[in-house]
Amino acid sequence: MAGLNKVVQSYEEALQGLTNDMTIMVGGFGLCGIPEGLINHMVKMGVSGLTAISNNAGVDDFGLGLLLKQRQIATMIASYVGENATFEQQMLSGELNVILTPQGTLAEKIRAGGAGIPAFFTATGYGTPIADGKETREIKGRHYVLEDSLTSDFALVRAWKADTMGNLIFRKTAANFNPMMATAGKITVVEAEEIVQPGELDPNHIHTPGIYVDRVIQASFEKRIEQRTVKPTDAVAK
Amino acid sequence: MALSREQLAQRVAQEMQDGFYVNLGIGIPTLVANYIPQGMSVMLQSENGLLGMGEFPTEETIDADLINAGKQTVTAVDGASFFSSAESFAMIRGGHVDLTVLGAFEVDVNGSIASWMIPGKLIKGMGGAMDLVAGADNIIVTMMHADKKGNSKLLPLCELPLTGYGCIKRVMTDLAFMEIKDGAFHLLERAPGVSVEEIQSKTAGKLVVPEHVPEMVF
Repeated sequence: MAGLNKVVQSYEEALQGLTNDMTIMVGGFGLCGIPEGLINHMVKMGVSGLTAISNNAGVDDFGLGLLLKQRQIATMIASYVGENATFEQQMLSGELNVILTPQGTLAEKIRAGGAGIPAFFTATGYGTPIADGKETREIKGRHYVLEDSLTSDFALVRAWKADTMGNLIFRKTAANFNPMMATAGKITVVEAEEIVQPGELDPNHIHTPGIYVDRVIQASFEKRIEQRTVKPTDAVAK
Repeated sequence: MALSREQLAQRVAQEMQDGFYVNLGIGIPTLVANYIPQGMSVMLQSENGLLGMGEFPTEETIDADLINAGKQTVTAVDGASFFSSAESFAMIRGGHVDLTVLGAFEVDVNGSIASWMIPGKLIKGMGGAMDLVAGADNIIVTMMHADKKGNSKLLPLCELPLTGYGCIKRVMTDLAFMEIKDGAFHLLERAPGVSVEEIQSKTAGKLVVPEHVPEMVF
């Protein structure tokens, strides 16, 4: 790595410094927009005791499900974990500590963490089990819950295009949690479909400025589809 | 006759207005998209970062990077936009969505809703439901009026852990369309052929019945 050139050539380099018991953020919604290669490399590294912050937990044989299967995750912070049998089994047996967090609150916790805001009030979850033990306050006649922000040791992000300086563009709904997570890692590692030279991305179109990004690696992705839905053929005719 | 899932969706769709931004939950709410009145411009918001959700793709146009909140592959209409989850929930929490339709296990006369957790059963998570009910002003809950054993799901007080407290104002069931206010369900319309007595017998929470209860019109 030299100066502002953040491109690394190997996954070893990309995840250098990631050790047991660290907190990681992993982008993606379901299997859409997940940093596949970085996850696969964590499986290979065998790091364990991880706290993983991600909207979902992958499926049994793809995404974060791979880390769960190897029992590398000790605590999972997520909003929805429905598609993963390994996860269910580890949660029910008490092996895995799960902190379910409303999706919008999770997104905002990460955004706030990256923006240097330690906590915020939200109406989401007031009067529900989510608010148990949390400070609440009435503001202008409405009740709010105080939620702490989140940061991480490593944020693992998937982008569509990156330049060598770490400016990022995401694609369609593969953006999801990736832009906020990019801001909230002590070390932010980006796995991009394409890496170009500075100046090749229009500055007007950059979603994540390079200041947030520490390492960039180029990868090709399987992009597995969780629910393959197509129009019925009679609707095509319509 | 109780409404079918499709009829329920069809009746909810009548509550749309031209120019609305709408968030539809998973299940019956998703079906509402099939009944948007013709000539009406409505933009569907998908919480994973899409405003302007279109129909399912063809085999040729399918794109792994373009899914909805149910993780199904979808398309984007002309005029659509993509954004982060934080931006998506700024829209939702900030009250910018005109109509939200979502399902529930139970609702009560205080407008509280339980939809995400059955103790003793597997907990899958609340996803975006808590944010949706906290942020939206105009919410329609779609649900079955009673369970298969005939036990009412419209209660004096929710028994399951809440998704939101005091936030639901309208409920559309397979039997009736109701408003929640002043600590009671107020019967607005009944499904064609369903008697007020049947609705009353299947509503455990306080039900206010006006002198005339029209049948739903499709």
